[in-house]
Amino acid sequence: MLNISGLGNGIVIDHIKAGKAMDIYHYLKLDRATCPVAIIMNAKSSKMGQKDIIKIDGPITVDINMLAVLDDQLTINIIENGKIVIKKNPTLPLEVTNIIKCKNPRCITSIEQELPHVFKLTNKDKRMYRCVYCEEAFKR
Amino acid sequence: MKHIISPLDFSVKELDDVLCLAEDIIADPKKYANVCNGKKLATLFYEPSTRTRLSFEAAMLNLGGNILGFSSADSSSAAKGESVADTIRVISSYADICAMRHPKEGAPMVAAKYSRIPVINAGDGGHNHPTQTLTDLLTIKNLKGRLNNLTVGLCGDLKFGRTVHSLINALVRYENIKFVLISPEELKIPAYIREEVLDANHVEYKEVSVLEDVMPELDLLYMTRVQKERFFNEEDYVRLKDLFILDMAKMEYAKDDMLVLHPLPRVNEISTEVDNDPRAVYFKQAEYGVYVRMALIMTLLEVEKPC
Repeated sequence: MLNISGLGNGIVIDHIKAGKAMDIYHYLKLDRATCPVAIIMNAKSSKMGQKDIIKIDGPITVDINMLAVLDDQLTINIIENGKIVIKKNPTLPLEVTNIIKCKNPRCITSIEQELPHVFKLTNKDKRMYRCVYCEEAFKR
Repeated sequence: MKHIISPLDFSVKELDDVLCLAEDIIADPKKYANVCNGKKLATLFYEPSTRTRLSFEAAMLNLGGNILGFSSADSSSAAKGESVADTIRVISSYADICAMRHPKEGAPMVAAKYSRIPVINAGDGGHNHPTQTLTDLLTIKNLKGRLNNLTVGLCGDLKFGRTVHSLINALVRYENIKFVLISPEELKIPAYIREEVLDANHVEYKEVSVLEDVMPELDLLYMTRVQKERFFNEEDYVRLKDLFILDMAKMEYAKDDMLVLHPLPRVNEISTEVDNDPRAVYFKQAEYGVYVRMALIMTLLEVEKPC
């Protein structure tokens, strides 16, 4: 079980796919955070076998739906006064810009660096995003 | 202003209008000889494609218009590092409509975003080639008389063949279409086409690996070339390229009114002995490519149909 007793007011991003915590860390620009940030990697999980967790002990605004694009299984716990006040499962946004990058070497974005990387949700059940330019599926 | 980037950018109704116009052009091409007088088509070909470029240019010349453009990236400002967006902004001042072929997928879509003139995707990498799909549909409609109630055999490279993927996407919009997918295991149709197009539209299909067995059931046989440039491994290419060769012995199994289509160029997947069979319509198909491009140019330029 996740121990959040050390957290006053902040956020716990739980159920991150094992090994993916640093992707979330960089997306949230936590390297610039001034509050304490803990990264737990490969923690035991009854549901997932192994998981990563990020604890942020301080005020931070997180668009959890955008995080879901990076990892569709994660959950967010908002902590106030040491207790979970909100537990959220993210909803996938229909379109995202510059959250994920197209890795198709044949895509126009591979040679024109200034183009925004835009993806559309094309299959909600499979949580599938496709690049709007080349339609390559984004693989998490 | 409308652009054609994907074969699905036209609704079935809009597509039908373009195909009807193309059929009218086939019936009386002279009537259309001057409808685009004073109009210019820019052919922006960042990679060589003689057949498609000449087809577009012939189409515009047949309509009485003029052409300008380049036929490789080396002879364009792309060689100096200019972006697609900047190029099309400039070309928009020089021409009334443009056809773009680009090795990078999505480039025509970027062009359309910044263009002040209609953009036609003339092929972007292994992605879309909508005017080939229009050509295929016109050939089927004109020679079979319908786009519904057809059993369509697709043979060869179904994995990398963009013409096949586009044709499936276009035909699933019509009633009672069945597909027979004929390929070796390594070149089977990608899972996303099966799941997101065929299954999602409840279209009947089967996957087989022997062409002769299914020949009698086909109304159309769409042959494709196994493309060397899609393989990283020469051995795989050599092993797979000759697996399906259509010859007169196989044509014996086909219906009398079955049509053989091919986007061309062919290498050896259709034996030249088949060329004289009246069911082999791939050269007619290339001719229809000009007519459908004429209809498309007229539609996008909103040129009135002559009386």
